[in-house]
Amino acid sequence: MTTIEDPAAPIAIPIRPDEASVARRERLRLLLRSPTFIIGCVLLGVWVVCAIFGTLIAPQNPQADDILNKLVAPSGDHLFGSDRLGRDVLSRVMVGAREILIMAPIATILGTVLGTAIGLVTGYYRGLVDEAIMRLVDAVLAIPLIITALLAIVALGPSRITIILVIGFVFAPIIAKTVRAAVLSERELDYVQAARLRNERSPYIMFAEILPNVMGPIIVEFTVRLGYAIFTIATLSFLGFGADPSIPDWGKDIAEHYQFISADVWWPVLFPSIAIATLIIGINLIADAIAQTFER
Amino acid sequence: MSEPAIELQDLEVVYRVRGVDRRVLRGVTLTIDKGESYGLVGESGCGKTTAAFAIMRSLPRNGRVVSGSIRADGEDLLAMGEADVRRLRARTISMVYQNPAAALNPAIRVGSQVAEVFRLLGAEKDESVERTRAMLEKVQISDPERVMRRYPHQLSGGMQQRVVIAMALASDPTLLILDEPTTGLDATVEAEVLDIVAALRLEFGTSILFIGHNLGVIRRMCEQVGVLYAGRLVEEGATKEVLANPRHPYTVGLLRCIPRGGLSKDRDRLDTIPGYLPQLGADLPACVFVGRCTLARDVCHTDEPPLHALGGGHSSRCHFHEEAAALARATPPRAERAADAPTGNGPVVRLDHVNKTFLQEGQQVAALVDINLAVERGETLGLVGESGSGKTTLARVLLGLTSPDQDSTIELSGQPLEAKIVNRDPKQVQALQIVFQNPDSALNRRFSVRRIIGRALKKLLGMEGETREKRLREIAESVRFDAALLSARPVQLSGGLKQRVAIGRAFAGEPQVVVCDEPTSALDASVQAAILNLLADLQADEGVTYIFISHDLGVVRFLSDRIAVLYLGRIMELGGAEVVFNPPHHPYTEALLSAVPTLEGEERPRIKLAGETPSAADPPSGCVFNTRCPRKIGAICETEEPPLAEVEPGHFMRCHIPIEELRQLQATVPPQRATPTPG
Repeated sequence: MTTIEDPAAPIAIPIRPDEASVARRERLRLLLRSPTFIIGCVLLGVWVVCAIFGTLIAPQNPQADDILNKLVAPSGDHLFGSDRLGRDVLSRVMVGAREILIMAPIATILGTVLGTAIGLVTGYYRGLVDEAIMRLVDAVLAIPLIITALLAIVALGPSRITIILVIGFVFAPIIAKTVRAAVLSERELDYVQAARLRNERSPYIMFAEILPNVMGPIIVEFTVRLGYAIFTIATLSFLGFGADPSIPDWGKDIAEHYQFISADVWWPVLFPSIAIATLIIGINLIADAIAQTFER
Repeated sequence: MSEPAIELQDLEVVYRVRGVDRRVLRGVTLTIDKGESYGLVGESGCGKTTAAFAIMRSLPRNGRVVSGSIRADGEDLLAMGEADVRRLRARTISMVYQNPAAALNPAIRVGSQVAEVFRLLGAEKDESVERTRAMLEKVQISDPERVMRRYPHQLSGGMQQRVVIAMALASDPTLLILDEPTTGLDATVEAEVLDIVAALRLEFGTSILFIGHNLGVIRRMCEQVGVLYAGRLVEEGATKEVLANPRHPYTVGLLRCIPRGGLSKDRDRLDTIPGYLPQLGADLPACVFVGRCTLARDVCHTDEPPLHALGGGHSSRCHFHEEAAALARATPPRAERAADAPTGNGPVVRLDHVNKTFLQEGQQVAALVDINLAVERGETLGLVGESGSGKTTLARVLLGLTSPDQDSTIELSGQPLEAKIVNRDPKQVQALQIVFQNPDSALNRRFSVRRIIGRALKKLLGMEGETREKRLREIAESVRFDAALLSARPVQLSGGLKQRVAIGRAFAGEPQVVVCDEPTSALDASVQAAILNLLADLQADEGVTYIFISHDLGVVRFLSDRIAVLYLGRIMELGGAEVVFNPPHHPYTEALLSAVPTLEGEERPRIKLAGETPSAADPPSGCVFNTRCPRKIGAICETEEPPLAEVEPGHFMRCHIPIEELRQLQATVPPQRATPTPG
């Protein structure tokens, strides 16, 4: 290929300097300015700190029984009161964040990775593969998550792995639907045709060409699902299917104490409930804020 | 009635982007008298649509008028309250947008939508329905009852635009703003819509503000024209005068970019406008055009040119307006290439009895019918036809993206091509590439330019490392893309640059045939000219074959050696570019050509095609064009499909009328069909 003399050919460029990174920074800036995002981060941040440093910063040993001081109302000794075995509710709530904040993200990541793969394949190939997998997905979605989870745990026995796998597998089809929808519009773009015209293999087209372009909805979906995962794990331990009965757990603590509410002992139930609620609200606020910035 | 319909005085509009006010309109002054039609032209980003929004008082939320005034029919528009603005939009000013599908509510039947306008104006229910019917008749919808019962998506683009125009004119507005109303439409449909607007304008006495980039259309529709550049009106005057005798270098440049009849890639290069439109809201203290002007001298950098009145209402904002016509060309006029492209070794692509039938809702839809074509090496074959004629299907079949029917034969350099691209030999895949219409869709927005072109080099030529980087830079140079920008992503590039990247990618694998699917239709005139020059240069250097698809007949004529005219999946006419563009034509080609408004505005009699393009699912019997053909000779056209016959050496036509008769017929007045045939 020889070069062509063309003095007027516009080589000096009206490049909008780093428009892409400006846009990305802009998005980040918007996010950081959004009150929704900030409140969400503060709420989540509190629980993340508790999860990491819970045992260090908790005022008392969350496992220490004190049968002489059972069900003591919130006071100077026990800010959140004590439970039926005299354990400090505040300490249990703080330490209880760890288990749920480890399991929920792992389960959600599993679901997101699986769901993204399924969504990419079904959205890209369409046709029979798509039909078959999507009907299966519909079948999974038809059964309430908690029932599927209970069945699996009863069958396999409660353990961390079981809970993570069950939540991951149930989330996968839901996430797959979102990803598939994004892939369906993406695959119609000409760059996919251009890739086919240079003999690219389908996996490359799906994972290298299309995937980076559908990351937005995937991130949003991940955050939303994380909230659901926390809710599901808390529900399971409330129902007595927690992974490890020996450690402090919000759901289990609520389950063990709700019969005392009629006796005006509300603190061992209220404080773990607030913990679950604030964590989920925090994550949902973050999810909303992220979704909004992607929509702009 | 002495007040003008609309009067802008020193209108300044800014958009607030990231906390900074950016000037979009820089003191625009213009007047449209009652009953006058005013064209506003300029490339995208010049502020045309912003002007329209300002008049409608519907600027985006970050936009505002900082100074100046807008008076409609004597009323100060900027001083109006919300209620008055609503009244203004309902009764005084109407606007028609580019995309009719977006202007109509998809969930409401057409009849109810139009009737609502009359209801708002105070009509009773029955009366509004009656007036809707009358209004739809006025926009030449032959069966208004049927159209009123339909939803917008059940209508063609041309029909939708007619409905929108009917709604806009329903309130009998003083001013009708048309923002690129025909840009998405085929030439023949565009011509019809323009005819309707022109006729109704006289009937209603409406003033028109016509926003467009196609100077031929403006020439046909408007008595007055204003040329907008970077938010400033640089030239204004009677359309005929401005186009024939432009006095601002920007207007001169714009006119020179357009490929016109008689120019051909073998001999000529299109002129371009060097440089780029300044960024939105850039600081432009003196002449707005100075950065791109070959006439610019010191004074142009320091003093803002005044508005020079040139008599007869013609004015130019240029210090050296008397020299504008002698503006130095930005590109050399002559193409220094061999007139004959290297040929030999037989055709590079041969299609033999290629058919393509789609199955749509249980119906057989023939998209391509018995296509026989041979394309020589180094040749450009232009494919012309309205949307739905099968141009793109033909290209996709050739590329292996769509499989043709059984028994279709496609050959590349004498070797048969498998239907599916995955079954093709890697050498064959490498030989066939495409430049898409829309570079935004064609380039992966997450990849850098280096990765986009580099990947093609790796996959098609197996290049790696140093060799690849070196080749990459050579390609960038040959498509005149600054190598410093190789790390940029597509969003950082202008439309023209993106298309250069797409062309670079198509040429990376050293292809033999490149399909160009409307490669310039998303680009402005000056960028289009540069891209067309580039394509011609690349072809001269590489000896590559082009299959060039475009609905812009001027562009096709400039770049093509031969042209195939398609209608309902059939080749109606095939021949050398100049042969096809000069009589005798196939009646369909004749109609297509007559629909295109020219810059010279020569008084060509228009041939109006009756009805809409028939559905490919249910093509007419006999000659498929017989339902719309203005030269139909009789029953034979309805019963017998004419063959594609060689009427002159190298000139093929599918028509029952003998060529000599066509020659005689087309030398005289064209026919007009009075009664439209129901499609």
